[in-house]
Parts: sequence; C-alpha cells; structure tokens
Amino acid sequence: MNLQSDDFELFGVPRRFAQERSALDARWKELQREAHPDRHSASSAAVQRQAMQWSVRINEAYQRIKDPLRRAAYLCELHGAPIRAEDNTAMPGDFLVQQMEWREALEEAGSVAQVEALEAQVQQARRAALERCAELIDLQQDFAGAACQVRALMFIARFALDIERRLEQLGQ
Amino acid sequence: MALLQISEPGQSPNPHQRRIAVGIDLGTTHSLVAAVRNGVAECLPDGDGRVLLPSVVRYLAEGGRQIGHDATAALHTDARNTIASVKRFMGRGLADIAHASKLPYDLVGSGTDSGMVSIDTAGGVKSPVEVSAEILATLRYRAEDTFNDDLYGAVITVPAYFDDAQRQATKDAAKLAGIHLLRLINEPTAAAIAYGLDNASEGVYAVYDLGGGTFDISILRLTQGVFEVLATGGDSALGGDDYDAALADWVLGQLGLQALTATDKAAARLAARACKEGLTATETVAYAAYLAGIEARFDVKRSDFEAATADLTARSLAAVRRTLRDAQLTREEVQGVVMVGGSTRMPQVQRAVADFFGRAPLTNLNPDEVVALGAAIQANQLAGNNMAGDLLLLDVIPLSLGIETMGGLVERIVARNETIPTAKAQDFTTYKDGQTALALHVVQGERDLVQDCRSLARFELRGIPPMAAGAARIRVTFTVDADGLLSVNAREQISGVEAQIDVKPTYGLSDEQIARMLQEGFATAAQDMQARALVEARVDADRMLLATQSALDADADLLTDDDRAAIDARMQALRILATASLDAAELEAATQALAKATEPFAAQRMNRGIRQALAGKNVQTL
Repeated sequence: MNLQSDDFELFGVPRRFAQERSALDARWKELQREAHPDRHSASSAAVQRQAMQWSVRINEAYQRIKDPLRRAAYLCELHGAPIRAEDNTAMPGDFLVQQMEWREALEEAGSVAQVEALEAQVQQARRAALERCAELIDLQQDFAGAACQVRALMFIARFALDIERRLEQLGQ
Repeated sequence: MALLQISEPGQSPNPHQRRIAVGIDLGTTHSLVAAVRNGVAECLPDGDGRVLLPSVVRYLAEGGRQIGHDATAALHTDARNTIASVKRFMGRGLADIAHASKLPYDLVGSGTDSGMVSIDTAGGVKSPVEVSAEILATLRYRAEDTFNDDLYGAVITVPAYFDDAQRQATKDAAKLAGIHLLRLINEPTAAAIAYGLDNASEGVYAVYDLGGGTFDISILRLTQGVFEVLATGGDSALGGDDYDAALADWVLGQLGLQALTATDKAAARLAARACKEGLTATETVAYAAYLAGIEARFDVKRSDFEAATADLTARSLAAVRRTLRDAQLTREEVQGVVMVGGSTRMPQVQRAVADFFGRAPLTNLNPDEVVALGAAIQANQLAGNNMAGDLLLLDVIPLSLGIETMGGLVERIVARNETIPTAKAQDFTTYKDGQTALALHVVQGERDLVQDCRSLARFELRGIPPMAAGAARIRVTFTVDADGLLSVNAREQISGVEAQIDVKPTYGLSDEQIARMLQEGFATAAQDMQARALVEARVDADRMLLATQSALDADADLLTDDDRAAIDARMQALRILATASLDAAELEAATQALAKATEPFAAQRMNRGIRQALAGKNVQTL
C-alpha cells in the first residue's frame, strides 16, 4: 500500500458500494492515529512532511468513501464509467418528468408543511436511487447504468439544498 | 556499584530531556499560560500569584512599555496609548473594525484599502501582531522563570471561527515573541480536551465559548481519546465587549449623555463592564462613570441589562442552530454542553443556552482557565513528553476557501467543516499565447460573490513555460495544514516545472515586515538573538538525533547496510558539532543533512505504520 492506493485498499475494505459507516469511521480514526501530523510533531521535518501527506490522503479517502453518492461515483470511475456530469446529462428515463414536477412543486409551495412534504418525497427518491446504485454496482456490475443513477443523485443533492434554503427563508 | 536508573513507563527516559511545553490562551480580555506538571495541567501564576494576565499593553513616549496589570491602571488615564482587546484587530483591516469611532485609539489604515490596521501610539505605530507578541513574550518569560529553563514550544489557542488571516497573524506574533509554535488549536477544542479528559466523557458534546471579543460554537464527538470536531461556527466579532458597549449605550441614552473624548469613551465602557460583572450576583447595580468631569450615575436592573443585550444572545443562538445543521444533528442528540469564556458567567447567557438545549450546561471547570489547560495537555503530548498518550484531535476548517473566477464569482475549493489537514488540486490553463504568469485571488467565506467574502491573499504564479494559449496544464494545490493555515503550490503538468509563488496577504504582514520587526529587536536584544539562535540550533540538532535514534531502534530492519552506514555517519558528524560548534548556521546545515539522508527511511516507516494499523484492525474484525 502507498499514497497511490485507492480508497478501498487504503481503508482495507472490499471494493464495493455496500459499506458499514461505523466501520469506516473507526478505520479512519485508526489510520489518523498513525499518520496525523500531531503524532509526529517531535520527529524530523522529513517525517512530518510524510505524515502531512498521509494524513491529507486519509482524509481525502474518508470524505469520498463515507458519502454514498461520492462512493458510487468513485466506483463508477474506477471501473471506467466516469460521471462527466458537465457534458453528459443522461439520466434514468422517468427522472426528467420527476425533476420538472418537483421544481414546480417547490415554486408553488407556500408553507413550511408543504415544503417539508416535498422534502420527504425527495428523500425517499434519494433512498430509492441509492438502493438502485447498490444493485447496479454490487450485483450487476453495470457501471454505466450506475453512473446514470449517480447523475440523478447529484441533481437530487442540489435540489435538496434549494429546499433547505427555502425552508430557511420561510422559517425567518 | 552504581544503581541503574529506570524511568516510569511512558515517561521520558532522562528527566533532563523533558521539554518545557506550555499552552497559551491569548485572550481578548486576558491571557494565561498553563503547563502539565507531575501529570496534571495547571495554570502558571506570576510572581504575585496571579494567573490571569490582562491583555493590555501600554506604550510610553520614551520607548518603554507596560504589560498586563501594570498597564490596566492607565486604561483610564492614558487610554490612547493603552491597548486593550487587541485580538479584535488581528488580521483585520481598518474598515472591518466595528464602532471604530467609539474606541479611544488612533487607528491607522495602510494607505490602500487593504492591509492590517495598526495603532498610532506614543511609542510609534504598532501592528496588532506586535502588541500580541508583547503579551506572548510576557507569558513565555513567566513559564521560563517558573521552570528555570528555556521554553521548548507552545500550543497557542485561537477562536475556532478565526479565518486564515487571523490565524496567520497569531502565528506571526508567536514568531516575534521567540516562541516555537507547536500548534495553533481552536479554543473550544482545547476546552473539550480539558473537560473530556477530566470527566472521561464519550459521545457528542457542544462547546459554547463566549469570550471577551469572540464567540465560538463547536460540536464534537468524543471516542476513546479522539476528539473529532463535527462542525464549528460562530462570530469572530461577538463577545463580552459587545455586551459592555450595548450597556454603556443604553445607560448613556437613558441619561441623554454622550462620550466624546478618548478618556470618556474608555470610562463609559469600563463602568459598563464593572456594572455587568456586578449584575451576575446582584439584581441591581449602580452604573457610575465620570464623563467630562461630571459623574454619570444610573441604577441598572438585571432585566434592563438583559433587554439591552437580548439581540447579542440571540445572535449567538442563531450560530448554534446553523452549526447543529452543519453537523447534521438535532439539539436532542447533544449529550452535554460545556460553557467556556468569562462571558458565560452572565445569567441570561446561561439561561438561554440551557433553554435551547433543554439541559443545564456543564460549568464545573473554571471558564477562564479551561482553554489554557486543554492547550497545555496538547502541548505536553506534541512535545513528546507523553509517548503513551493516545489523545488525537481531528479538527475542521471553519470557513470555506475559494478562488475568484470570471465576473467576481467564487469557485469553492475547500468546504467549511472539512477535516484538516486537507489538500485540493485544481487545474488551470493560460488564455494567451506565451503566457508565463497567472494570478489567483483566494477568498474565505460562504457567499457566492467575491465582494461578500473575505479576501485572504493574491498569489502570483511565475515561471510557467511559454506555450500556446490553453495548452498549459497548471495544477494548483491548496493545502490547509493542521494549524488551519493555507499554503498554495503550483506545477505545470506537461513540463513538470514548479511555479514560483508570490503571496500578497490582504490583511497580513509580509515576510519582509516580519523580518524587519524581528530585526528591530522586538523583545530581544541583538546578542540575545544570536545566543538564542545557537540554543535553538542545538535543541533542533538534539531533537533530530533523538528522533533518528528512536526511528532506528524501531525500524532499522528496513534499511540496507549502505543506507544504515550513511545515516550513522551523518549522526556521528552532527553529534560532534552539537557539543563543539558555536556556529548556529553550521549546526543547522548538519541537522539538515541528516534530515535529508533519512527522508526515504521516513517514507518507508510511515508506510509500515499504516500497514500495521490496518493489520491490527483486520485481526480484530476476523
């Protein structure tokens, strides 16, 4: 293992979508206990530089591997199906209609209760898309199909932020 | 026969090699220094038994200065030259200072619209960094007198919500004070260390830290010695000073009076502070100040004070709400709330926090001392005095970092609440044929427009090999280190050429300015500096030798015979110089040579360490 190892190797977990969050959290802390610059502050400058590089790399991997959306995107990339969200807008078939309906619903929602109902709907769609991702990646090894789901999930994540902003406005 | 000396497990083998490491709380109102002695963290008192050093520096016309208690007396009589609450000016421009007209100082901008504010005093124009360095140096001397030894290093605390410029200014102040900075840590995190270790706590805790001039809220998860910050937020311009100002405004409004001169402004505020402190224990306190020679008197009820400051308390709770949201937690999931900072003594603050979380906050440690105590524990560990310690801080960056793009928009590079250290790379290209330089404007904040964020610095990358427009691939890496400080480096990917980078900090001091301040003999005379350089070079050499020896003891099997011989030769050379040489530069060069020779060894060892961490875990889970 070295600084170029992929996130799964670095964390010593199987290269798949299904992961146990608590195991990743515990592994992250164990690795940082070894590598964090604070653990090497009384060592030579060379060791401190190494510690810094490892610590940064471990944090980078943890940020990516603990977040289901980023983990799915990363697995697609590792298997030659990059997401390319900026120039590839292919999404699951019925998702486009869904998007437009949500946008309209958010514009028309006038009360906190209405926005929260929409939020619940969006969260449910998110869970469904993640489950689909798990199937496509872990069972079917269909990474192009999974990349499609990831793009939909990226839209959902952005839309969830819009909902949050709206809730903040209504709350004040 | 001589008896063999055996040291206690986990202790440094040679008591003389125990390094003097302290924690310093550089506060808005007062500052403290603490150290671990006989396994217990405690605050170090001055010669008169006082632990708190008022963060006040008075500059005299003859070039002298008074620091701490000696200076506080002059707050009334020589307000213009007696600088209090200088922390609020650190890394700030003139335009950032709220209510500058109500302060008794001659604040000076830097000519342009940027640059750190400075203060014109009888002793000359002073940067807030210099003023802070006076306070730090006083605490350094206190520690050195206490232990009758040179200080090895210090952990200095900063508000969690301090931005990069404010952190850098604090680091610069340590340098001016001749202090080897082991780490900048966040005040609420330091408080959590002191509390967590004291109460052997596990779970999610909130630290509500209302100091003299800053407010922080941090949400942490404590598990087996790991202090993981989940989110942090706050307001770097909200503190006890604002409560004083609000009270002074309210009372003067009731009396139909105004404070116009520097002396009156200072008197109005000091009276408000005394009144505020009285109201903690009593329901009604008389506000009394001499303004323009006439006594202003008014009986203030606690309810009046609470009403006059209600919006300040509400501001702090709004930040608490935001931070909980960032941590993706509800208030019910917080198991305990720790109160830090003298301003949390105010009954309305305690009540508001208790109401918000639905539980009484923890106050069993002295809110003035808890930050310095936590810093001391961390300093002791960082200095290598506590090899068996398993304390680990995983802190976050409080504010997002971004760069300016076309149209004054911010492109986010590092998101707030990301665990540090962290690094992000971004590729850029040229837009003109033969372009060899590139300018980057780095800002910090959460807004989308550059004008709404804080400008940190402008980086100029030079020495890019000339190519056709759009052909160069310049990878710029933004690194935030464990102190929460940003550095930038850039490399053209095709040619592999490393760009040179000029940094122009927006609200900071340039390297030249710091060098000049150092040369002007801040707090240390010239020959003192030379002697100090030699002492420091020796300490560094010893440290390097010790570190290398313990690395060899643990992992020498990783080395080939040739590598081992090369390292042994360099160690021997350094050992001889360290005892014989009087030339700091020569000694530093030999230390550097050993460091360079051990670099590949260091990489191999780190690899092995990580592998072992994984192997250990695998055995457990099997």
